[in-house]
Amino acid sequence: MPARNVDRTKRIIMPFDTIITALKGRFADLATSEFRDNRRVVVAPAQLFDVLKSLQEEHGFDLLFEMTAADYLKYPNAVDRFGVVYGLLNTVTGERVFVKTVLNEPDLTLPSAFSLWKGADWLEREIYDMYGILFDGHPDLRRILMPEAFAGHPLRKDYPLRGRGERHNFPVITRANS
Amino acid sequence: MALAIPDFMLAKLDPLANWVRANSLWPMPFATACCGIELMATGASKHDIARFGAEVMRFSPRQCDLMIVAGRVVMKMLPVLQRIWMQMPEPKWCISMGACASSGGVFDTYAVVQGVDRFIPVDMYVPGCPPRPEQLIQSILDLQDKIRASGTLQGTEFEQRIEHQGPLPNADVPADVVTAPGDYKKSRRVSLN
Amino acid sequence: MPLEALDTLPDGPEKDYLWTLNFGPQHPATHTTLRLILTLDGETVVKAVPDIGFLHSGFEKLGEDLDFNQYVTIVDRMNYISPIANEIAWHHVVEKLMGIDLTPRCKYIRTILAELARISDHLLCTGAQALDLGAFTAFLYGFQQREVIYDIYETISGQRFHPSYTRVGGLLYDVTEEFVRKVRSFVQEFPATHADMCRLLNRNRIFVERTQGIGVLSKELAINLSCTGPIARASGVVRDLRKDEPYLAYGELQNTFKVICATDGDSYTRYLVRMEEMLESLKIIAAAIENLPAGAVNVDVDSKVVFPAQTSVYRTIESMIQHFELVMPNRQWTPPLDEVYGAIESPNGELGFYIVSDGTGVAYRARTRPPSYIHFATFPYLIEGHQLSDVVAVLGSLNIIAAELDR
Ligand code: SF4
Repeated sequence: MPARNVDRTKRIIMPFDTIITALKGRFADLATSEFRDNRRVVVAPAQLFDVLKSLQEEHGFDLLFEMTAADYLKYPNAVDRFGVVYGLLNTVTGERVFVKTVLNEPDLTLPSAFSLWKGADWLEREIYDMYGILFDGHPDLRRILMPEAFAGHPLRKDYPLRGRGERHNFPVITRANS
Repeated sequence: MALAIPDFMLAKLDPLANWVRANSLWPMPFATACCGIELMATGASKHDIARFGAEVMRFSPRQCDLMIVAGRVVMKMLPVLQRIWMQMPEPKWCISMGACASSGGVFDTYAVVQGVDRFIPVDMYVPGCPPRPEQLIQSILDLQDKIRASGTLQGTEFEQRIEHQGPLPNADVPADVVTAPGDYKKSRRVSLN
Repeated sequence: MPLEALDTLPDGPEKDYLWTLNFGPQHPATHTTLRLILTLDGETVVKAVPDIGFLHSGFEKLGEDLDFNQYVTIVDRMNYISPIANEIAWHHVVEKLMGIDLTPRCKYIRTILAELARISDHLLCTGAQALDLGAFTAFLYGFQQREVIYDIYETISGQRFHPSYTRVGGLLYDVTEEFVRKVRSFVQEFPATHADMCRLLNRNRIFVERTQGIGVLSKELAINLSCTGPIARASGVVRDLRKDEPYLAYGELQNTFKVICATDGDSYTRYLVRMEEMLESLKIIAAAIENLPAGAVNVDVDSKVVFPAQTSVYRTIESMIQHFELVMPNRQWTPPLDEVYGAIESPNGELGFYIVSDGTGVAYRARTRPPSYIHFATFPYLIEGHQLSDVVAVLGSLNIIAAELDR
């Protein structure tokens, strides 16, 4: 069994700023923010696909490690309803970057990242299932966790924790009919 | 010394049937979650459920007479559970193992069925999250006692329980709600439409 | 489930012989609940469409309802093979959000527990993989050692399965001498079991032939499909958060362990990687238990994030107030108003949480990055062109934990 013990904590990491400068050169109005070690780029939905593509192709972010959404309906002072976050990782340098975009009703459509990362397939289906955000260009966008006939998107903030009674909606089998 | 076996014995058929049934329960492990792993632990060497004649786990419902529902059952799984329960031959019993199967446990959420006894008949409840293997073994022993005490050859003890025994579904579900899942009678193998 | 997906098959009159097989959701080799719709050509799998969600219990919705300490009891139920790894991940991220730096003793104890979790996970995974391929003995050997680990959990927390042992800024209790003794004896006894399992399986003709070359995942595909953990490492992706982004005590224990990598990427290699990882974990445990620092397990009480000791709650008004503040739903912790992603190397891969905080003690959004979910998405790619009987070999090597898959 080949095993390696490389001290990879001492690698040279391409400064985040250079990536940002390069991105800003290509895309106008790109916002950035930072919290702990999470560095974020905030883009408009229209630019999202191009930003992701440029990050993948030009900056070596080859692994989509996370993709999730949040519903900011009850968030203090929130302006936008939904946020979608992509977490990208460069497997060579170990650098991470988060790309965030915001969405508002009624236009809940984003370009699908499936053509860039096959791993986006199920992640997008889950976001569609839980939040009802549509992904344009996804090959097979249908519910993944909830039953096909389910109505509603459970992780939206206006959906109650205990549901609307779906969990009680089954025929009862008693001893007599079994 | 050769064993002296009499030519015939007299016994009532009911206790005879009960004796046989109680000592060779074949469980159908309907293991969905964490409790399923404890069910595995019960079958593994340290706890060894074989000591009580219930180790013959069969994954085909046709061969089993004891269903152990181990773990939470959610909306998408309940039609499957009901279908499997209907496929098991009589006489059959059901153990609801763990808090989730018995009452929904900590998962009081939109997706989890709040106790399988709302939708299928249950004979034994095992508390715990997860129950220790010893508890599961105790419940099997208790079930054996129950069979010995109340079983009949014809299974007449089941016939008396026509009424639904568990809590009833919520009555206050709004009428306009489009609800999900399914009906075990209609659920098909491949598609819903 | 409507299977439009199946309509995209290359059909036409000459493909009429394809048939569909429904695998699961109640099937012994799925271990718990997942379903595959396989399109077969004779015995060859042409296409596999996974259908999941049979255990979707609304974990993430519950995370928006329970506070940081309460939710730990839920996250460990998300992973029933190595529960404590999830607890550590959850509080790791919560502490990252609040900027809490743990005490050295707590870091070491958590490290030991995380590695014990890795061993118990890999034991079940490899054992069950062998079980599915017909080798029952290895499974029993593996379970024997899992019982020892359960026993250790029970010593520290009182619950053998779901310990719920971590708390914001520390642990539920400090460990006792008995824990140290039990871990030491585990470290001594485990290699024998491990060697037994290796002897049973490594060169077992049936096992090797049924797993070697089956379900090959190339490095490019592994990266493109977001794989992490042992599965990615078996395909040649050299990545391990314990080395790359050291957390807990891994920074100090850096030189005690190696990252196990391989390049073949088939089911057999994944098995071998897991087996080797157990030995590396054992080295970490051995080093950590001998260097266990003294001192407190919880961070300083004055930081207002941990519960004061019980006796002082009963005797001093300040402690009582602090305890009260932490349990009142409208007080509790006050994390910054921001969102954070953090991850640890769980036995199965990168286990991350994405917390959106609205400044209260309850997460506004508690997203899990579930390794099983992401790894199961690779299944259709791995199984294509293989035989029906290889389905269980590949499934077993992916180590799918249904609760984490569906959450
Ligand atoms: S009762 Fe507890 S251990 Fe059992 S399935 Fe439910 S959460 Fe898991």
